[in-house]
Amino acid sequence: MSILKVENLSYTYNEGMPGATKALDNINLEIEPGTFVGVIGHTGCGKSTLISHFNGLTKPQSGRILLDGRDIWKDYDDIRQVRFSVGLVFQYPEYQLFEETCYKDIAFGPKNMGLNEEEIDRRVKMAAEFCGVTEKMLAGSPFDLSGGQKRRVAIAGIIAMMPKLLVLDEPCAGLDPEGRELILSQVKNYQQTTGSTVILVSHSMEDIANYADMVLVMENGQVYNYDTTENVFADAENLARMGLGIPDITKVFLKLKEMGVDVGTDVYTIPYAVKSLLKYKEAKRGEKNA
Amino acid sequence: MLKDITIGQHFPGKSPVHNLDARLKIVITVLFVIVRFMSTNFPGLILSGVFVLAMYKLSGIPLKMLKKSIKPLMPLIVFTVILNLFFIKGETPLIKLGFVEIYPEAVMFIIVMISRILLLICGTSLLTYTTSTIALTDGLEALMKPLNKINFPVHEMAMMMTIALRFIPTLIEETEKIMNAQKSRGALLDSGSFSDKIKALVPILVPLFISAFRRAEELATAMECRCYHGGEGRTRLRQLKITNDDIRYTAVCMVTFAVILSMKLFFTRVI
Repeated sequence: MSILKVENLSYTYNEGMPGATKALDNINLEIEPGTFVGVIGHTGCGKSTLISHFNGLTKPQSGRILLDGRDIWKDYDDIRQVRFSVGLVFQYPEYQLFEETCYKDIAFGPKNMGLNEEEIDRRVKMAAEFCGVTEKMLAGSPFDLSGGQKRRVAIAGIIAMMPKLLVLDEPCAGLDPEGRELILSQVKNYQQTTGSTVILVSHSMEDIANYADMVLVMENGQVYNYDTTENVFADAENLARMGLGIPDITKVFLKLKEMGVDVGTDVYTIPYAVKSLLKYKEAKRGEKNA
Repeated sequence: MLKDITIGQHFPGKSPVHNLDARLKIVITVLFVIVRFMSTNFPGLILSGVFVLAMYKLSGIPLKMLKKSIKPLMPLIVFTVILNLFFIKGETPLIKLGFVEIYPEAVMFIIVMISRILLLICGTSLLTYTTSTIALTDGLEALMKPLNKINFPVHEMAMMMTIALRFIPTLIEETEKIMNAQKSRGALLDSGSFSDKIKALVPILVPLFISAFRRAEELATAMECRCYHGGEGRTRLRQLKITNDDIRYTAVCMVTFAVILSMKLFFTRVI
């Protein structure tokens, strides 16, 4: 059974007013447990509106959201239960930090869940480890940290709730390559260790290519495509038309193909690129020898 | 929820009301408030009502906006009505229900009171609806210029107002974002006892203040980078100039106000 199912979801901002804009238009989507889903789409295509529906921050105007087969607005007594199961990390999450120490801030979510002291402590330590937050950082004020460190503390605050579904809205915006790599590999690690599901919204095709199993492409409030990363990037022309672009390495391979070199165009990560180039070389040599 | 706040909202347009010189618009609004308080008879009230409606019609601001700006004041109006309805005593009661007595004087008073409040709100909101904050503070600065003589920092005050008004929508947006982020961590914002509600504000207010300070610092740096050094010797991009149209419209308003005031001579006051 899918962990998250979206049925005929539509949402219009300023409904019935002049200047009404349709943000979501009849979205249908099913996400299988344990997948790492990348979400791409042009600015203003409805990505953020969609994910704010996942944990019940926005109530659907029409359609339903099913979490583990249960309608989040009908079958739960308290919408907070949904928010604990679907952890949502906003853009620039470091701006939500407020406690005196990082420890207390990470403990905010678990405390709201009504857990006991020991369990809270265990979860804070676990989340801190996943996010690379050191003991020293835990004891100190979050406001003394650097931007990237703050962000990791904020993400740890969500992970401490141990959500089944972790949704991240551009967690790497404004970070240097090393910081991006660190956060994404930690998220991937969390997903693989706990078997949870991750939804990652990103504008970086490289990040999506490197981490996502499945990719959701959105256009004008609709699902344009939801498929494996391979298949999505094979559709490079349409992605380019949407102004989305493709990973640099895929661009190289498309150009090679155009120049008459017989390589596949489903290449989107560097290791796979190396492999297919070696294969091509091998095949060429074979031809020569024959 | 927070987006419903209409105070200080501006609706750009090209109507005569929009184009009227900001200084004159402020003066007219202030005079309107004074006239509204001095005039205490029904014909005057009706005339000012017509005046406000005509201004709205002229400015092209939808009347729906009126409803929106009155809505937050409903509790105040209801409170005034109830208070006055039972506590103003006249000679012969209109209705008598046990110990409750309602006098015709009270009803009259309430009608005048409500229309007064409504006209004041509608009249003054028209100023902000049709004037951009920049024009508004420019106008205020120009009007307060004489205060410079007594070493009052007019320009700095105007600049502070511009900045404050400019950041209201930004901070509202920021508050919504932070509220959503804390709600996602299971914060309870709208239930629980009074002390719970106060405690629930901490996770919102701390980040909000921090971001406000950060923004202030960034803005100060940006202003300094553009060599801002206060009002002295500063010239303006938008010069305020009074045109013939301005004079004409102001004259019309003045005549209307004079008529409203002169009604004092012919009609008896209600309160």
